[in-house]
Amino acid sequence: MQQVWWKTALFYAGVVLIVVIAVYPFYYAVITSLESGTALFTPNFLPEMITFQNYVNVLTQGAFVRSIGNSILIAGVTVCFALLLAVTASYALSRVRFRGRGLLLMTILGVSMFPQIAVLSGLYELVNLLGLYNTPWALVLSYTIFTLPFTVWVLTTFMRDLPIEIEEAAIVDGASPWVIITQVFLPLLWPALVTTGLLAFIGAWNEFLFALTFTISETQRTVPVAIALLSGASQQEIPWGSIMAASVIVTVPLIVLVLIFQRKIVAGLTAGGVKG
Amino acid sequence: MSHADMVPEAANAPKSPPPEVNAGSGEAELQRQRIRAAYLFLLPMLVMLALVAAWPLFRSIAFSFTDASANTIFNGESEWVGFDNYVERSVRSNGEVRWRGVLVDGDWWNAVWNTVRFSLVSVGLELVLGMLVALVLNAEFKGRGLVRAAILIPWAIPTVVSARMWGWMLNDQFGVINYMMMGVGLIDRPIAWTASSDTAMIAVLIVDVWKTTPFMALLILAGLQMVPRDMYEAAKIDGIHPVKVFFKVTLPLIRPAILVAVIFRALDALRIFDLIYLLTPQSDSTVTMSVLSYRELQQFGDYGEGSTMSTLLFLIITGFVLLYLKIGRVDLAGDKG
Amino acid sequence: MTKSIRAASLRSTTAFAITLAGLGTVAAAEEITVVSGAVGNAIEEFDRIVAPWEERTGHTAVLVPMPASTTDQFGQYRLWLAAGNGDIDLYQTDVIWAPQLAEHFVDLSEAAADVIDDHFPSIIESQTVEGKLVAMPIYTDAPALYYRTDMLEKYGFDAPPETWEELTSMAQTIQEGERNDGNGEFWGFVFQGNSYEGLTCNALEWVKSYGGGQIVEADGTISINNEQAVAALEQAASWVGTIAPDGVVSYQEEEARGVWQTGNAAFMRNWPYAYSLGNGEDSAVAGLFDVTTLPTGGEGSAATLGGWNIAVSQYGDNIDIATDLAMYLASEEAQKMRALNSTNLPTIQSLYSDPEIAEQQPIIPRWEEVFLSAVPRPSAPTQEDYNEVSTAFFSAVHSVLTGEEDAATALEDLELDLEDILE
Repeated sequence: MQQVWWKTALFYAGVVLIVVIAVYPFYYAVITSLESGTALFTPNFLPEMITFQNYVNVLTQGAFVRSIGNSILIAGVTVCFALLLAVTASYALSRVRFRGRGLLLMTILGVSMFPQIAVLSGLYELVNLLGLYNTPWALVLSYTIFTLPFTVWVLTTFMRDLPIEIEEAAIVDGASPWVIITQVFLPLLWPALVTTGLLAFIGAWNEFLFALTFTISETQRTVPVAIALLSGASQQEIPWGSIMAASVIVTVPLIVLVLIFQRKIVAGLTAGGVKG
Repeated sequence: MSHADMVPEAANAPKSPPPEVNAGSGEAELQRQRIRAAYLFLLPMLVMLALVAAWPLFRSIAFSFTDASANTIFNGESEWVGFDNYVERSVRSNGEVRWRGVLVDGDWWNAVWNTVRFSLVSVGLELVLGMLVALVLNAEFKGRGLVRAAILIPWAIPTVVSARMWGWMLNDQFGVINYMMMGVGLIDRPIAWTASSDTAMIAVLIVDVWKTTPFMALLILAGLQMVPRDMYEAAKIDGIHPVKVFFKVTLPLIRPAILVAVIFRALDALRIFDLIYLLTPQSDSTVTMSVLSYRELQQFGDYGEGSTMSTLLFLIITGFVLLYLKIGRVDLAGDKG
Repeated sequence: MTKSIRAASLRSTTAFAITLAGLGTVAAAEEITVVSGAVGNAIEEFDRIVAPWEERTGHTAVLVPMPASTTDQFGQYRLWLAAGNGDIDLYQTDVIWAPQLAEHFVDLSEAAADVIDDHFPSIIESQTVEGKLVAMPIYTDAPALYYRTDMLEKYGFDAPPETWEELTSMAQTIQEGERNDGNGEFWGFVFQGNSYEGLTCNALEWVKSYGGGQIVEADGTISINNEQAVAALEQAASWVGTIAPDGVVSYQEEEARGVWQTGNAAFMRNWPYAYSLGNGEDSAVAGLFDVTTLPTGGEGSAATLGGWNIAVSQYGDNIDIATDLAMYLASEEAQKMRALNSTNLPTIQSLYSDPEIAEQQPIIPRWEEVFLSAVPRPSAPTQEDYNEVSTAFFSAVHSVLTGEEDAATALEDLELDLEDILE
């Protein structure tokens, strides 16, 4: 079985390569976060010095920890909300035939086709009108503009591909559409749901422009704004060490999230034979 | 032009039309019931979307026909100028005729070309690499949970940070990339990646591919996960070569996943802003449609021209998506069953 | 009887209470919100500076920090002001913003009548739009030439360069010498050549010092297309790849400081902030450098005026109190605290001879000389078009630096573009 041996080796080499490329810049951020002063300006592969001062600075400066909480809350609510609306809508869009479906899907997609900056002033008015300015709800609302079309489209596409037989069987059993969605489709859609949710979560987590415009108190700020607020001793100085430390800190919750949900990503059609 | 050409036309792709009701009045009644339920299910999503998006989008398009500036966007004092922001004929005091407006602006068309070029290359590369990564992650091996988390890191780091981080790594004097490449003898003097107009676009592509391949990979992985295992088993027993299995069985089955992944990546790529804005000097070689539009709106306060650019960007994206759907023979309405 | 007396006394007590309450409203502690780009321990320092004012007036001042990126700040402020946002009372504004945002700010000329002559006239002028003083200067900024004293000595130069030609040849000599000594990464000169507002500052200095004017003159004439300006840009373009790294056309302040502070450059054009950082414990150039005015092209040295001001929003609820706070933030007392705590250059001339400042921040008096050659960017004559003018200018200069265009053609085209923008 010599052939199998080198195949396995090649495979693991591929895995290592992928991981190194994906993680190296993050590793670089970790190194940089442990350095300060002139050491930041020299290229190296191992930290020249180890100081946790940057981490202390970040965690004690302003309301950084609070902003992580805000981001988790906002991104979490946005995603739950978008998934909830999208699951039912995509059932209708994928499984029920009615006129104008294609046009409707294009319209939904159209919402995501404007540059963010172009909708900023209109959203600002809307947020003010609804009295949401400087609250987390302003961000939850404005983030649906990019999370909702995405979740609807992904779920519609995946749902459309589920075999017809299982639904027909359910219909014969007299199941209502709601039951079909929750009892029959959802369990099959876990990989798509979790993946979509994760990607949308990260999208909301990293959003900067809306967060900067619609919040003003330090206690309402989200992570990207809080990072942008880290500053050096002068207008021109950029505090690399602190920015990198902050980036490392805020990446950890996302990694934890992936580790929690990753079982679900692959827990899809374990029992074969559903399709075709 | 679209990446759909990378997706072979799969004649044997199983099409799953929505349940069709053929005959019988009872079943017709059932179908009506289903349609009613469908509208009910669609309503909350549509209301929400209309609430959030209708006004901002309408305003943006409307501004493109006015002379709106930063000071007049909220008080309604801007004036209707028709298509002047798009193209306008003006006669100068010396009798010279000049055409002005976004449509005759060389900088704009340069930005369009940059954006399109960038989008085609980046989405193409991301599709291929994302597919490879997804195939690797789809295999069973020890520690793949950790690997999957590791893969997501590039997508998880805020662009504000990763752009700066790469800017630092690509720096000509103290950047680690030049240091490494010089170390292994690939180059003999440091390259000023983001500075020179020849390499700035390459630098942007490297960072964008690094950053967004995880997005593509994860969506394709979800598609792969929904392919039943026994299809591979069957192919294996039949002794079909794995490469053939991939093209004949796997690819057609994950086509929908690829479709959405490519569409949403293309949408983002065509609107790319922050990476270019943060990573490179905004010179002619990298400036994109969104960067120009941002500049007009946020820096110059020229909402008329900025909104015109946004609207044109919207039209260009729509064109691309329609073209892609057509070339990819995607049946959006699902009518052809 | 007793009942009525009690009623009367009760009434008078009530009346007294009402008077008290009335007084209370007059002197009620209001909260004044100040928005500003976050720099350093922005909040702590702000609290320290406003403490005396808060004690004196009983009001409180709250800082809303914004990202340090000035473009982000500007776009944001303009949106808030256009929408008449009443949540913010005071805005900390860049020196070039006043003319662009003038209509949203309160005229401070009356409130500042007594103190206006204490400030440098050129700064006050830069904040005056059609007779209206839109913002009070709180500190200023001007770049200088950083040079390595040890290198000058090693290669037998007894003084820093006075002209750009001298700088070029000195940088060349030092760079060649250092490279022969084995430091292959050594460069003669670093500056900010990225395509951004900072390049407008750099290039304005070159052009102005060659006698090529200020892009757009105070009376609105577009002056940039002239031979001196062409000569200045040709000189600058000749540095890229010779005495300055190729990458300099993507450098902002921090990249330049990175090369400088690791000991890999003989000269640097930068702002005062690099001074204390360059003398930091771990800096490779600590104690080995000094600063002087930027070289001249034959028509005197020029340093682009930077700095920050405080403006009162028309849309706040407490304009009077806010104005009072603005005047305090610009006062000698506050400026001195800022100078001592964060090395910010005062806009009040007398502070440059203040013994306490001279003792604790010796760099500040040294900058007075730099400051006397300061030139403003053409924000006053171009008004709300300034950003567009500046973008056209730095884009043109950038294309000359990268060699995509020659200086003469670039400036010719620029002149036409500027005519279009300003017509």
